[in-house]
Amino acid sequence: MTNVRRVARYGALLLITAVFVTPLVWMALTSLKTYEDAQQDPPSWLPHPFSTYGFDQILNNTANPVLRWFLNSMLAASLHTLLVLVTASMAAYALARLRFRGRKVSFALIVGTLFLPPTSLIIPNFVIADQLGWIDTLTVIVVPGAASAFGVFFLRQFFLSIPAELEEAAVLDGANHWQVFSQVLLPLSKPALATLAVLSFLTNWNDFLWPVYVLFSPERLTLPAGLGLLQGAYVTDYPVIMAGAVLASVPVLILFVLAQRHIIQGVSRSGLKG
Amino acid sequence: MADVIEVGAARGDAPPPAGRTRRRGATERGHRATPYLFLAPYLVLFLVFGLAPILFGIWISLHQWDLQLPNRPFIGLENYRDLFSSDSADYADWWSSVRATAIFTVLSVPLLVVVPLGLALLLNEKFPGRTFFRAAFFAPYVLGVAVIGLLWRFLLDANLGLVNRLLGAVGLPADTPWVTDVPWAWVSLVGVTVWWTCGFNAVIYLAGLQDIPAELYEAARVDGATAWDRFRHVTLPGLRPVLLFVLTTTILASANVFGQSFLITQGAPGEQTRTVVWRIVDEGLRNYDVGQASAMSVLFALLLAVVSIVNFRLFRYRED
Repeated sequence: MTNVRRVARYGALLLITAVFVTPLVWMALTSLKTYEDAQQDPPSWLPHPFSTYGFDQILNNTANPVLRWFLNSMLAASLHTLLVLVTASMAAYALARLRFRGRKVSFALIVGTLFLPPTSLIIPNFVIADQLGWIDTLTVIVVPGAASAFGVFFLRQFFLSIPAELEEAAVLDGANHWQVFSQVLLPLSKPALATLAVLSFLTNWNDFLWPVYVLFSPERLTLPAGLGLLQGAYVTDYPVIMAGAVLASVPVLILFVLAQRHIIQGVSRSGLKG
Repeated sequence: MADVIEVGAARGDAPPPAGRTRRRGATERGHRATPYLFLAPYLVLFLVFGLAPILFGIWISLHQWDLQLPNRPFIGLENYRDLFSSDSADYADWWSSVRATAIFTVLSVPLLVVVPLGLALLLNEKFPGRTFFRAAFFAPYVLGVAVIGLLWRFLLDANLGLVNRLLGAVGLPADTPWVTDVPWAWVSLVGVTVWWTCGFNAVIYLAGLQDIPAELYEAARVDGATAWDRFRHVTLPGLRPVLLFVLTTTILASANVFGQSFLITQGAPGEQTRTVVWRIVDEGLRNYDVGQASAMSVLFALLLAVVSIVNFRLFRYRED
């Protein structure tokens, strides 16, 4: 009975895994094919021969500077993540540990915006960014999205779970709030900060809608925004397009593998617990 | 992922009373401005890009506001009226996008609520390889819509795509127009979205399942309950808050669909799979008619707010 169930479970799981993973494997394999090889019917699974054609095309292309897009994305996502961590952790400290007039109102307003569909802010945010002269710059990718209500909320909940006694000792030793925050609370919050960092990086790296509409100059695009151009330029040259997709996937897949446990726990915890 | 909403907010860990008094003691040591200094960097961002846009968006929607024109006369509700009067230029496109979004949402939400639950039940017990499977199901979610869009545009290509070729290899029709004709375009958009995001909901269900006390299952078993009985009378009630969360966030996410139709079906056939968000950003960020686009956004946000409130009401009601 239990053996039958076990076999049935593994059978089902392997089948489902194939459905989830095969497209990704196909993407990677196609990126290593020649143009002709990718056109074969029936398709060959393994590239014959393995070819760097797709990657050569995208990396040595001056009309579509893919490497530049990659670096833009890397810089934007890193700065964005840093900005989220600094501003959200400081705000979360104030909201979790300090008493001041307006604390409840600020917290309610911040949490309230969590329930807004993010798309409803896109148009006014575009007008504001336009007024600030940020359209078609890196700043517009880094800054507006960093007003992360989720980040503040997530860190505040985590800070609340840390016993205040630990900070008490530091205060008795004469530490001020900044020292308590930076030398006691932050080191104790590494798992939460790491989770938020990974989630912020992923979100910013993968963002598509906003960069597609706020960036115009070919040399300023982020990688996801640029991939659309690549598809237009290489309509059915799939090794080239898949090479671009692989380039956009590798950093986040590496990040996912390294931080897998944190990401999955962070997702379930941020969703339901706190 | 940043749009994750906290349902358990209200029942978040309340600090113990002892900690609270002590914390007040600690606070009084600091300068009165200290809390505001800590809050300031975030608050600037939040006011400019979180709170102001809400009010500013409503303000813009009441004006004839074209980014390329210097004058922005106040026109009251005219932008809204245009969306409801069939003689306006925006009417047909707007309601066609509402229809597309509604079709997508109605088709995808049930699957995105049920399929991940099945996955989570399959993964809930401890067994070797559990972490591997969990990661495999979650992996597509960490890729952006740009990547999964390009990938599936390729896989669903009628001639070169793997899907039709595999179907042909097993003797099924190999010429389905997955991205260029309905209903196939809807099957594609919904199927890809389920593939892409169902690991996310599964992980949330898993967390919920682990919070259901094992004793409840034991008691049910002792009472002779079948597996189905245990699912109906222990698992489902235990998951109610999680189900509410998954349902609400999934409806919001599905209603906001953009990238999949932009990249995979490219709106085809005709404009039939062009969604509300696509319509809004095209009107505002490509045609620069931000007044009209803001009216669309406000209407859309109101509609989604109503759906969420109904959701909460229904679930609350059943709980009483």
